[in-house]
Amino acid sequence: MLNIKNLNAGYGEMPVLKDINITIAQGEIVSVVGSNGAGKSTLLKAISGLIKSKGTITYNNESLHTLAAHTIVHRGIIHVPEGRKIFPEMSVTENLIMGGYLHPKDRKKNMEHVFALFPKLADRRSQLGGTMSGGEQQMLAIGRGLMGNPKLLLLDEPSLGLSPLFTEVVFGAIQSINKSGVTVLLVEQNVYQSLSISNKGYVIEIGSIVLTGTGEDLLNNQDVKKAFLGM
Amino acid sequence: MFFIQSLLSGILTGGVYALAGIGMSLVFGVMNISNFAHGDLMMLGMYLAYFAFTLLHIDPYLSLLLIIPTAFLFGFIIEKVFIHRIIHHPHQNQILLTIGLGLIMSNTALLAFTSDPKILTTSYSSSAVNIGGISLSVPLLLSFAITAGITGILFLFLSKTTTGLALWATSQNREAAQLMGINVAKMSAIAFGLGTALAATAGALIAPVYYIHPLAGHTFLLKAFTICVLGGLGSVVGAGVGGIIIGIVESMSSTYLSSDWKDVVVFIIFLMVLLLRPQGLLGKKGEQ
Repeated sequence: MLNIKNLNAGYGEMPVLKDINITIAQGEIVSVVGSNGAGKSTLLKAISGLIKSKGTITYNNESLHTLAAHTIVHRGIIHVPEGRKIFPEMSVTENLIMGGYLHPKDRKKNMEHVFALFPKLADRRSQLGGTMSGGEQQMLAIGRGLMGNPKLLLLDEPSLGLSPLFTEVVFGAIQSINKSGVTVLLVEQNVYQSLSISNKGYVIEIGSIVLTGTGEDLLNNQDVKKAFLGM
Repeated sequence: MFFIQSLLSGILTGGVYALAGIGMSLVFGVMNISNFAHGDLMMLGMYLAYFAFTLLHIDPYLSLLLIIPTAFLFGFIIEKVFIHRIIHHPHQNQILLTIGLGLIMSNTALLAFTSDPKILTTSYSSSAVNIGGISLSVPLLLSFAITAGITGILFLFLSKTTTGLALWATSQNREAAQLMGINVAKMSAIAFGLGTALAATAGALIAPVYYIHPLAGHTFLLKAFTICVLGGLGSVVGAGVGGIIIGIVESMSSTYLSSDWKDVVVFIIFLMVLLLRPQGLLGKKGEQ
């Protein structure tokens, strides 16, 4: 579904990603794990067109390189950014409407789906996004992403700053979104939980992929255990 | 009685200022650009109203039906040709470009219309209604009513239509808006078109009570900028409130001090806001 070959990207003169190769098949959950500053967010920004990159990114045989960020959204690649980036002065409903900007006809149906997945949002539909807690904002950010009819969902650190309880809710939601047919690329520092739900994982360090394997293989890998799981 | 008279006149004038301020704030909110050509766009609106009246014999308030779409298109094109090139550049580059565009407009107007001030006199230019001893100028009352109507329509547009919400979303977080599939380049052009239309409308509304001159925009630019900072840069509601406040302050200072002092008082307030509440009355902390 998504093929990334020799991807190099960075900010201005500063290179962040070096020769990244990643493949994602339809229906999978793939996670890219690594410590802070390894280049995880840069990878997602390169895929969704927020930053320029070199190399090839092909999605269903189409090159994404020449496309503007808003056109990539048309293809069904939805990026839920780090730090949620919800619209603070807008209500929950208005945030969701913006998520479904390209699909006004599916708005009602998708909104019901989001409220079923996150009942807490349904109780708060007129609350302003900026006044919600981190966990609620994360649910809203994922819900807003689902409004865009994703085929491939890019999730950037959805568990960042969340309580264990909210983390459970978010990871549960990711699995149920995947079961409904959405392919997921998950970028996380929460190595254990993300690898546990993934078909495939990549470990990224200082801009390069250093390890790859099934989620289970990586969880049992000695280096991963030592570096990330404190074992 | 003096007080109420002065207060009401201030509110009426402030309404038109508010319109100019809202236009500038909308552009700043969506594009993060301070448009220093805003006053000159107001001046163009004044001349459009003047020529619609003298050449086509259209009432200045009625001519808004022509001026608003023309100005929107003009602003949209200016954004597409010039402004979009500097949207990610430092503020000083943006300021230079918009000041330059403003200078071209005012100097072209000087060449085309000469430096003789024009006066637009309608049959009701100097008429006033008298309510319980308080007299209110008819053109100011009309322009206030039109301002209120246009502001109301703008709010409905921003809060109820998909395009309006997309504009508002872009002003809150440009990157997140892109991730929703919103074409932010198009939103910028729409915002600049709307800003231009609002500036030209304010110019046309003030034309029957002001002298029309190629350099008249400079006075209004300073006012619009003060209003934006006072209300909180990028806050449309703040600009509306700021406009009314500036109108009242000007009117009060003219009544109780002298009309020579009104600008001084306005700028003292402006400096106090910068000193005590730099984010503006309705702006949020951390915004510049």
